[in-house]
Amino acid sequence: MAVLEIKNLHKSFGELEVLKGVDLSVAKGEVVSIIGPSGSGKSTLLRCATLLERMDKGSMAYLGDYAVSEGENGKSIYASNDELRRLKRHFGLVFQNFNLFPHYSVIKNIVDAPITVQHRNKDEVYEKARLLLDKMGLKDRENYYPHQLSGGQQQRVSIARALINDPAVLFFDEPTSALDPELTQEVLKIIRELAEQKTTMVIVTHEMNFAAEVSNKIIFINEGLIVEEGTPQEVIYSPKIKRTQEFLAHLK
Amino acid sequence: MRRANLKPSFIISALAVFFASSVVVYAADVAQSDPSIGSCIVEFWQRVCSIVQILGKGVLYSVGLFFLTILFALPFGLLVAFARMSKNPILSNIARVYISIMRGTPLMLQLLIVYFGPYYLFGMSLKNYPEFMAAVIAFVLNYSAYFAEIYRSGISSIPVGQYEAANVLGYSKNQTFFKIILPQVIKRILPPVTNEVITLVKDTSLAQVIAVIETFTIAKQLANAQASMLPLICAGVYYYIFNFIVAFAMERIEKKLNYYR
Repeated sequence: MAVLEIKNLHKSFGELEVLKGVDLSVAKGEVVSIIGPSGSGKSTLLRCATLLERMDKGSMAYLGDYAVSEGENGKSIYASNDELRRLKRHFGLVFQNFNLFPHYSVIKNIVDAPITVQHRNKDEVYEKARLLLDKMGLKDRENYYPHQLSGGQQQRVSIARALINDPAVLFFDEPTSALDPELTQEVLKIIRELAEQKTTMVIVTHEMNFAAEVSNKIIFINEGLIVEEGTPQEVIYSPKIKRTQEFLAHLK
Repeated sequence: MRRANLKPSFIISALAVFFASSVVVYAADVAQSDPSIGSCIVEFWQRVCSIVQILGKGVLYSVGLFFLTILFALPFGLLVAFARMSKNPILSNIARVYISIMRGTPLMLQLLIVYFGPYYLFGMSLKNYPEFMAAVIAFVLNYSAYFAEIYRSGISSIPVGQYEAANVLGYSKNQTFFKIILPQVIKRILPPVTNEVITLVKDTSLAQVIAVIETFTIAKQLANAQASMLPLICAGVYYYIFNFIVAFAMERIEKKLNYYR
């Protein structure tokens, strides 16, 4: 069963149709990178998948449970708020701008949601959070506040926050775009490690070499449609479609 | 933010200014007669003590009015801010008009309307309607409007990413607001709130127009009776000390919230 199954996703902002029928299927342990020019709809796709935007048409299921099903004419029908909130446990999202809560310490940023929202056992959550911080190389930073950390450290905290509920899939929305090259490397290193541990991930990124290195599947989106998808070898190193070739040529 | 004016040297010089001015005012009072210096000092001290004592009762009303206004206007202002920011156009327009009127007309007029309105409009007797209660109602209505706009500016200054992060983590709307957004709003709005609160201390003197026996009402009566400015100076000292404590407390709170940015 697919961890995430999106079918025929349409999304418009007013007159502008941003996504024009996109299918996305992510299997367990798979790393999928979504690439494409600005305004192609790749971020909107991620925002629909994480329920930050409501899709107009199409369906979406996490681990076979429908968050959005198709009604008449393919119109999206959303599940109840309770069901949606339950399904949110299945995914984590890492933002471009981290979006840590500035008034919470590092550890509180990570443990607050599982404790107050999911009512998980406090000791267990703290133990897990410390384990994650250790993994992120931030063992001694748990009582710091976000403003006392570098951008790279903040992004690693937000990765730990996204991982605390053991999500079935982890989304990254341009996780290194707000970082300088040096800090970018320390965040990419973490994502690489997660990939080695078979964490299921969907990454929107402009780091082509990195995407090629860690992904099982690359999806190239242009003007709201998937133009080409396949292995990194196929899409990045020998793209068949002209639009993909043009886009990649610009990056080199 | 650290305000330099809370140093001891500043306190001493401020009090010295008040003391010197009261001596000058008193000197003017006794200039016609020709008493000895010794009896002057004793008499001056006795007069100041008696004025301070008589004003004391008024100060209780001023302080009461102040705290009751803060107590009700802070939460009520938040409700008005919600209404103002509501997607419901009727609600948001009602709040908009309310804020506009409350900020656009004199507080003194609002006091008169709140106190005499029920009598003129509904023929209600003023017997069971204490002036103090009317003053509290008028102040709460007025200050809520100012606080509402401060809340609104604070709430809209929080980046949308904070809401999105909370949403993805599963926080409900209430949890998001009270756990994630409001604490950050409070930190951001503290400086403008301090301004309003300091203005409020001084505005309590407006309650005299509906004959609330507050500090300034009594000071004016005393000044008339004694044909002296000394009671007014003493009232000034009371207001100053009151505001000094308020500013000090607000600074402490600001410092407490300095642990994050």
